[in-house]
Amino acid sequence: MIEEGLKSELQKQGVYVTTLEDLYNWGRANSVWPLTFGLACCAIEMMAASMARFDLARFGAEVFRPSPRQADLMIVAGTVTKKMAPLVVRLYNQMPEPKYVIAMGACAISGGPFKQGYNVLKGIDRYLPVDVAIPGCPPRPEALIHAIMTLQEKILNQKLTGPDRPRHLNADVPGEFPVPAYGEHDLEPPNNPGIWQPPASPR
Amino acid sequence: METLEQIKARIEKLLPLTRLDILPNECPAGERSLLVEAGRGVEVGTLLRDDAQLRLDYCSNVTGVDWPESVIKTKVKKKVLVEGVEKEVEEIIETLRSGHLEVVYHLYSMELKHGPVVLRLRTENRADLTHLPSLTPVWRSAEFQEREVYDLYGVIFDGHPDLRRILMWDGFVGYPMRKDYMAPDDFEYEPTPHDEVLELAKKHYPPEVKA
Repeated sequence: MIEEGLKSELQKQGVYVTTLEDLYNWGRANSVWPLTFGLACCAIEMMAASMARFDLARFGAEVFRPSPRQADLMIVAGTVTKKMAPLVVRLYNQMPEPKYVIAMGACAISGGPFKQGYNVLKGIDRYLPVDVAIPGCPPRPEALIHAIMTLQEKILNQKLTGPDRPRHLNADVPGEFPVPAYGEHDLEPPNNPGIWQPPASPR
Repeated sequence: METLEQIKARIEKLLPLTRLDILPNECPAGERSLLVEAGRGVEVGTLLRDDAQLRLDYCSNVTGVDWPESVIKTKVKKKVLVEGVEKEVEEIIETLRSGHLEVVYHLYSMELKHGPVVLRLRTENRADLTHLPSLTPVWRSAEFQEREVYDLYGVIFDGHPDLRRILMWDGFVGYPMRKDYMAPDDFEYEPTPHDEVLELAKKHYPPEVKA
């Protein structure tokens, strides 16, 4: 392990030194392939972000894959209805590790304007571990780009060894999450208690 | 296009119906509609589609309306003799309206470029007699929208080729667009509740009593 001070000193002298961890994270952070997966109007903003005007390619995330087997990042772009939620979880389970989730927009975070309705999931964080949440209705493409940059920062700071290493390097932590079943009025179970707990009373 | 009265007269000339009403509409658009007796829906539909002067060959929209049982209050002015003097007194008459489900079809003619003609069918009640004839054999475009009406209102369309739920999943219980549908109470904390949500919020997070 090289010290930060020595590293920057050497760089000033024209010698580039790095660690395997930095190199590995740098490679992963700059090639995040999202899943082509839009659920509602947020998907329109996601498309705009990937096109010429906003150019997501600058961050290495322009390769939208139509198959979960080839994708690293699931952008949950839009309203997750209760009918759609099991399919979202199943798609996530089909993605290979390492994989990340961005919850894009008010609906994916909390159900948004449909929160008190009968047919919309009150946030995808009930079933999936969300890495970055973008507020907005819908968020602008800049916000999505910011979320990808935030995710890149998160990836760059991951330690490859030790107890807080990422999930894909820890065989004890499962990478798949139980798919909820359709019940009579709601999904069963209504959330995954392993990753989500109902908020405590505000008072 | 002919007026609704003319259309009504022509249908009555060609088909012996026990019930064919023109329903008034009090909103500014004033779009009146034809209420057809439920059993003859397919015949009337076929007539409207094939009639040379109407040719309503395009059904653009099918939707449902839930009318629960309710008491309608109407004010009536009456002249009453009070101690030999005639006075005008307002009286409130309460009438009980029986509940029913209604399906509305919006019809246009692509060939003659006119429309819309609004067609309505009503079920007997909201509980057990919720059958209506499907108009999918007449207008193919009604198929998915009749499925949606079945899904959300519980109208059962006889003669529909594939009557299943379309928006909710199979195994869902209840018809969520009915006025009396109660979703399970899964309220969660919300920072700015209002209206019905405020009532729920008060129930789940009762305001603290200040000592």
